[in-house]
Amino acid sequence: MILPMRKMQVNQKGRIKAVNCNGELGRRIRDMGLVPGTDFMVVGRAPLYDPVAIRLKGFTMTLRNNEADFIAVDTDNQ
Amino acid sequence: MPKQITVAVTGQPNCGKSTMFNAITGAAARVGNYPGITVDRLEGHYSLSGYDIKLIDLPGTYSLTSYSPEEVVAREVIIDERPDSVINMVDASALERSLYLAIQLMEIGVPIVVGLNMMDEVRRKGVRIDSARLSTLLGVPVVECTARIGAGRHELMEAVAKLAEKPDHAWRPIAISYGHDLDPVLLEMTQKIEEAHFMTDRYPAKWIAIKYLEADMKLIGQGRSVGELGRQLEAMVKRLGEHTEKTLKTYPEAILADYRYGFINSLLKHGVITREEDLRFDISDKLDRVVTHRFLGPVILLGVLWIMFDVTFKLGAYPQGWIEKGFSFLGSSAARIIPDGLVQSLVIKGIIDGVGAVLSFTPLILIMFAMLIFLEDLGYMARTAYMLDRIFRVFGLHGASVMSFIMSGGIPGGCAVPGVLCTRTLKSPKERLATIFTAPFMVCGAKTTAYLMLTAAFFPGSAAAAMLVIVLAAWILALSVARILRWTVIRGPATPFVMELPPYRLPTARGIAIHTWERLRQFVTKAATVILGISVIMWTLMTFPQLPQDQVDAFNTVREAAKVEIDTRGASEESLPSDLRTDLIHKRLREIDARQSETALKYSLAGRIGIGLEPVSRLAGFPWQVNIALLGAFAAKEVFVSSIATAYAMETVDGDDSSRLSERLAADPAYTTPAIASLFLFILFYAPCMVTLVTIARESDWKWALFVLFGSISFAFVLSVLVYQIGSALSVFMVAI
Repeated sequence: MILPMRKMQVNQKGRIKAVNCNGELGRRIRDMGLVPGTDFMVVGRAPLYDPVAIRLKGFTMTLRNNEADFIAVDTDNQ
Repeated sequence: MPKQITVAVTGQPNCGKSTMFNAITGAAARVGNYPGITVDRLEGHYSLSGYDIKLIDLPGTYSLTSYSPEEVVAREVIIDERPDSVINMVDASALERSLYLAIQLMEIGVPIVVGLNMMDEVRRKGVRIDSARLSTLLGVPVVECTARIGAGRHELMEAVAKLAEKPDHAWRPIAISYGHDLDPVLLEMTQKIEEAHFMTDRYPAKWIAIKYLEADMKLIGQGRSVGELGRQLEAMVKRLGEHTEKTLKTYPEAILADYRYGFINSLLKHGVITREEDLRFDISDKLDRVVTHRFLGPVILLGVLWIMFDVTFKLGAYPQGWIEKGFSFLGSSAARIIPDGLVQSLVIKGIIDGVGAVLSFTPLILIMFAMLIFLEDLGYMARTAYMLDRIFRVFGLHGASVMSFIMSGGIPGGCAVPGVLCTRTLKSPKERLATIFTAPFMVCGAKTTAYLMLTAAFFPGSAAAAMLVIVLAAWILALSVARILRWTVIRGPATPFVMELPPYRLPTARGIAIHTWERLRQFVTKAATVILGISVIMWTLMTFPQLPQDQVDAFNTVREAAKVEIDTRGASEESLPSDLRTDLIHKRLREIDARQSETALKYSLAGRIGIGLEPVSRLAGFPWQVNIALLGAFAAKEVFVSSIATAYAMETVDGDDSSRLSERLAADPAYTTPAIASLFLFILFYAPCMVTLVTIARESDWKWALFVLFGSISFAFVLSVLVYQIGSALSVFMVAI
């Protein structure tokens, strides 16, 4: 199933399908290694449910829900 | 004569670059400024047999685009200063992402040495990295390091020296394939750039082409001013973009990133790294389950903020007291040595007080920075931003703005100077400017002394409640003004929040010491001269023109008369003992002194300004005495109480004993309830004090500092006029019914 990263639950795993933005935000997301094919796992959410924290490639990072909206995730076979 | 080698040190944030830089150069680094950013330009040296290696510390960046000034600075140093090589510190525990910067450096073509840091952590986790293999595959030297203990620094320097020995120093950009969509276009662009010598005196041709594909606005802007080819290249990129969008639903810059990561991945899969599962939790993630827990997280955060505040101002109060005592001793010594008069007044009130004002902040800055750097290096500041982002974003601020507000007096008794300095941890420029503007609205310690006197005067018995209202007003209005600023002067979308939550790492004492000392040194050396200048100007305003001699004589005559009168009365009335008589004389003389001070103050420039502004300030309900006090309080907010005392011809009062002044003010019919409310608001918002102002200028620029000054004066005035006028109209209305 393909869904935006925002919709994911804590502890859910996924694989990046697409990052649908360019400009500064797109650049920052890609700088962190969030490129198609990357496996990651949602490891937490801030006390007010936003931002979201994810773990990938041996480190942990965070982004806002409205930034996670641009990231399409494949959650099958994870 | 040792051979000179220049090497720039770069790396992504949290990779241990600064730690390694300190380990290599020791504390002997020379500090300068990079234009437009708050990152210091550190330079240091390392002596190796036969070599003198000069190191330049570059700002930490994840990549080399032009979205942030740090990135522009980093790449311009490399391109324009052409160091012999670049050391790229790499976090081995996040190797894939870390190499992304290395690849971009290799795209420029500068010779690099990879410092594979955090090898201790990697080994502990049971991951094996074959650094020799990585070196072969990348074609650059790779040195294993553990910066915390300085391991690998000598080997890094040897690798740098070995690179310098190579006979050929030409830059060789790495050749990576970016796929069959991009490669042909890139090749064509590169050829055109080379043929036209389009900016090639400065940048490598292929790198220019790559930056065009990345839509790098800085370089494209430069290209437009250079020649026609710029437009052609833009058109080529646009065509390519349309093509990839149609066929692949993606953008050239995204394809570049994909292929870079693809390249890194293929390297790592060729036996460089043997690891357990990528997504395995490490200790930091487990800690975060508690530290950023929905309920526990905010509780811990409040505790941390409270401790930070309490330690800074409680612990700082002792050395601050010593410094203030020292300067008041210096002042009284000067008073004994220098004869009464203008010179004495200038030395004591202008110079000694000015220098004292600067130095009395140093303990606060020292303690605050040590803790702030500790929290930041520990990784906690990132968690603070993470937890509070949802709230502060509403106001156009950053989660980490909270630290600045708290230190500035979000808890009464703070100080805006360390508060403004706190914004260094904010990497988002717009959010940072808004924080700098609004943090001085908070209830700092000096404002607190003014409020204590005023609440005692006007709200006796409910001082605590009044203080609470003041603090709430400060928070509400600071956040509202930030919101307004982000809608107007510094509007624009929020800076992307995307950031690393770095693993918790215990900072080194040495790193904290070096950085704290540097902050302090800069504050003292760079702020001191300006503050001293303003202090002397304030003294001039309060002193000149002096009372004409005939008026001084008139006061002296009154003094003599008073002495004679009491003496004769004492002689005629046997019941008045001589000691009581002296007391009486002293009391009368003090009253006369106070009246003379008042007259002199009214006569001075500051007094004339205060009186001249009365027609305007009356709109907000302030008499001229308040105007003078507000003017004087620009030098330091605690001066408010003593200047208002002088303006009301009261004997000079200490901050502790202002009860008589309070009585005097309470008795003044000018202070109606609306006038009081208006005054309270005005004191809260009207302007940062001069030390804060200079700090703001240092942290941003003078343009912004002046905007903060006049912006907050206007804001406070409009607010006060509204409150006073509406309040007065309402009270008239209430009386009428």
